[in-house]
Amino acid sequence: MNTLFDKIWDAHVVQHVEGGPDQLYIDRLYCHEVTSPQAFDGLRARGLRPLRPERIFCMPDHNTPTHDQDKPIADPVSKAQVDALARNAAEFGLTHFGMMDPRNGIIHVVGPERGLSLPGMTIVCGDSHTSTHGAVGAVAFGVGTSEVEMVLASQCILQPKPRTMRIRIEGTPGPCVTAKDLALYLMQQLTTSGATGYFVEYAGSAVRGLTMEGRLTLCNLSIEMGARGGMVAPDEVTFAYLKDKEYAPRGEAWDRAVAYWRTLRSGDDAVFDREYCFDAADIAPMITYGTNPGMGMPVDGTIPPEASSKALQYMGFQPGEQLLGKPVDYVFLGACTNGRIEDFRRFAALVKGRRKAAGVTAWLVPGSWEVHRRIVAEGIDRILADAGFELRQPGCSACLAMNDDKIPAGKYCVSTGNRNFEGRQGPGARTLLASPLVAAAAAVTGVITDPRTL
Amino acid sequence: MKRKLDLIESTCVPLPLENVDTDQIIPARFLKATTRDEAFFGENLFRDWRYRADGTPNPSFVLNDPRYGGEILLAGRNFGSGSSREHAAWALAGYGFKAVISSFFADIHKNNELNSFVLPVVVSEDFLAELFATVQANPSARVRIDVEAQTVTSLATGRSESFELNAYKKYCLLNALDDIDYLVLQQDKINAYEKTRQHEL
Repeated sequence: MNTLFDKIWDAHVVQHVEGGPDQLYIDRLYCHEVTSPQAFDGLRARGLRPLRPERIFCMPDHNTPTHDQDKPIADPVSKAQVDALARNAAEFGLTHFGMMDPRNGIIHVVGPERGLSLPGMTIVCGDSHTSTHGAVGAVAFGVGTSEVEMVLASQCILQPKPRTMRIRIEGTPGPCVTAKDLALYLMQQLTTSGATGYFVEYAGSAVRGLTMEGRLTLCNLSIEMGARGGMVAPDEVTFAYLKDKEYAPRGEAWDRAVAYWRTLRSGDDAVFDREYCFDAADIAPMITYGTNPGMGMPVDGTIPPEASSKALQYMGFQPGEQLLGKPVDYVFLGACTNGRIEDFRRFAALVKGRRKAAGVTAWLVPGSWEVHRRIVAEGIDRILADAGFELRQPGCSACLAMNDDKIPAGKYCVSTGNRNFEGRQGPGARTLLASPLVAAAAAVTGVITDPRTL
Repeated sequence: MKRKLDLIESTCVPLPLENVDTDQIIPARFLKATTRDEAFFGENLFRDWRYRADGTPNPSFVLNDPRYGGEILLAGRNFGSGSSREHAAWALAGYGFKAVISSFFADIHKNNELNSFVLPVVVSEDFLAELFATVQANPSARVRIDVEAQTVTSLATGRSESFELNAYKKYCLLNALDDIDYLVLQQDKINAYEKTRQHEL
């Protein structure tokens, strides 16, 4: 009761359906090319048009190649899906940031950076990592394609109200411990189903101390604990990040908005269905060894003896083994998890003055053209080039292998993405999830390395 | 696709693995289809477990085990975690499943099953273990799911449990109606909400 989540959810309830879910009004629907075509088809089949087209923003990200985006997509199936989104957006009068549009990128990077995702909003997208947008203080969650169609048709969704969970992380994280490590630690502690049925509010001094980029990373990974969404109460960090963004309110409207946003916090008397508290000092740079994101450990740790044998067989690891020193074939920096400017700054800071290891293929993929622009503006591209790294063009890339960026079977990839499921980065690919710093350390040494030792 | 789900009585396919994620149910490379061709998704259900890299069926995977078949999938806890892809539910429907019985479902996937007219049935860990044992010992053992009564019964042992299903969704399943049918009738309420909301976002 009286939590940040309750305040926003309750303000969006159009009605309680008798004996059923809430009819929830949605302020922002994002559509990407993978989970929307069948929803648009459904709309056509019912003879409907979007009820509030001005609330809907579309952009391709999953299929987009990360090179030569000025040329037609070579894979005809990917091209057909990307083209279908452009066609649907045009037919229904929806805003569309197509490939090569300077506003294009991964939806979960673009939404906040354009000021499309704002505090107090309800936000959905046919994508589980929609939880990302909760970092601005919104109720944001992933939905299925039928639910995308619901929102297209009615700007509403039918949804049972989730329970509430607060996770506080107090204290100051140690060296080389990033938001990604906090999230991997939480997943390891709570497991991949520990927050299922809940909506999470992240709080505590370690969370308050995160930049907006860090909060976006943390909220992005909420779904990997099973949570529908995660959120951080908006504060000065949020307001400073959003001010003057393209779609953020301006002038008097901005002042009014900020005055409202300041009320968006859990009351001192707020009651959560579940609460956890962790000490930031207990958290080390993390890495995963298995085939779900909850199978993580400190990068200098040893694989637990009780680890799933099916997972270890897939990964080619043994229980009780260390990962430090194991050879790495690929390094992937990017995705809606770690494809933001801060992630590139961190990666560049570590590789500066070093060289990419000879045996490593590194894919450095900005989350959006805006991130790409800033990388160049800040001279990060030069640092990366001097260290032997090449910058690619924005998109989801190797996070889920729906484009050309696939990890070959049996190869090891240190990935800053969000999932290490079997085959996630390509059939047979072996993914080790980690932060941009752990990824950078692997990229310059060619083996799993603790960035604190460099 | 919309269909009436009232009574399901069938043999079961046992998949006693926990944390089966939707990337396994339908790998991402099959999500490039732009139409809702459930037969196509069904053909690729559990693709990388069901087939070896050379495309031949993997005989050790349960869908290739001739002893098992039916309209009910028995699955370990935390079924459908990970990606929100509804294609996973379409693949289950396209393969011929009408219900999935597990002790715990991931949220988004559970909604996707309901919206795709595949019934997620949550039973106790204990009952799930019994169902696995019964079906593995006797693949012709049948299970009956009564949507109206909200009960699931192992016909071999007679054990029965009730399962949760809200009254609204039950009405939808029994009458082959979906949420969009409902929402488009709520236009007046949506207009009223938009007019009276306190903070324009």
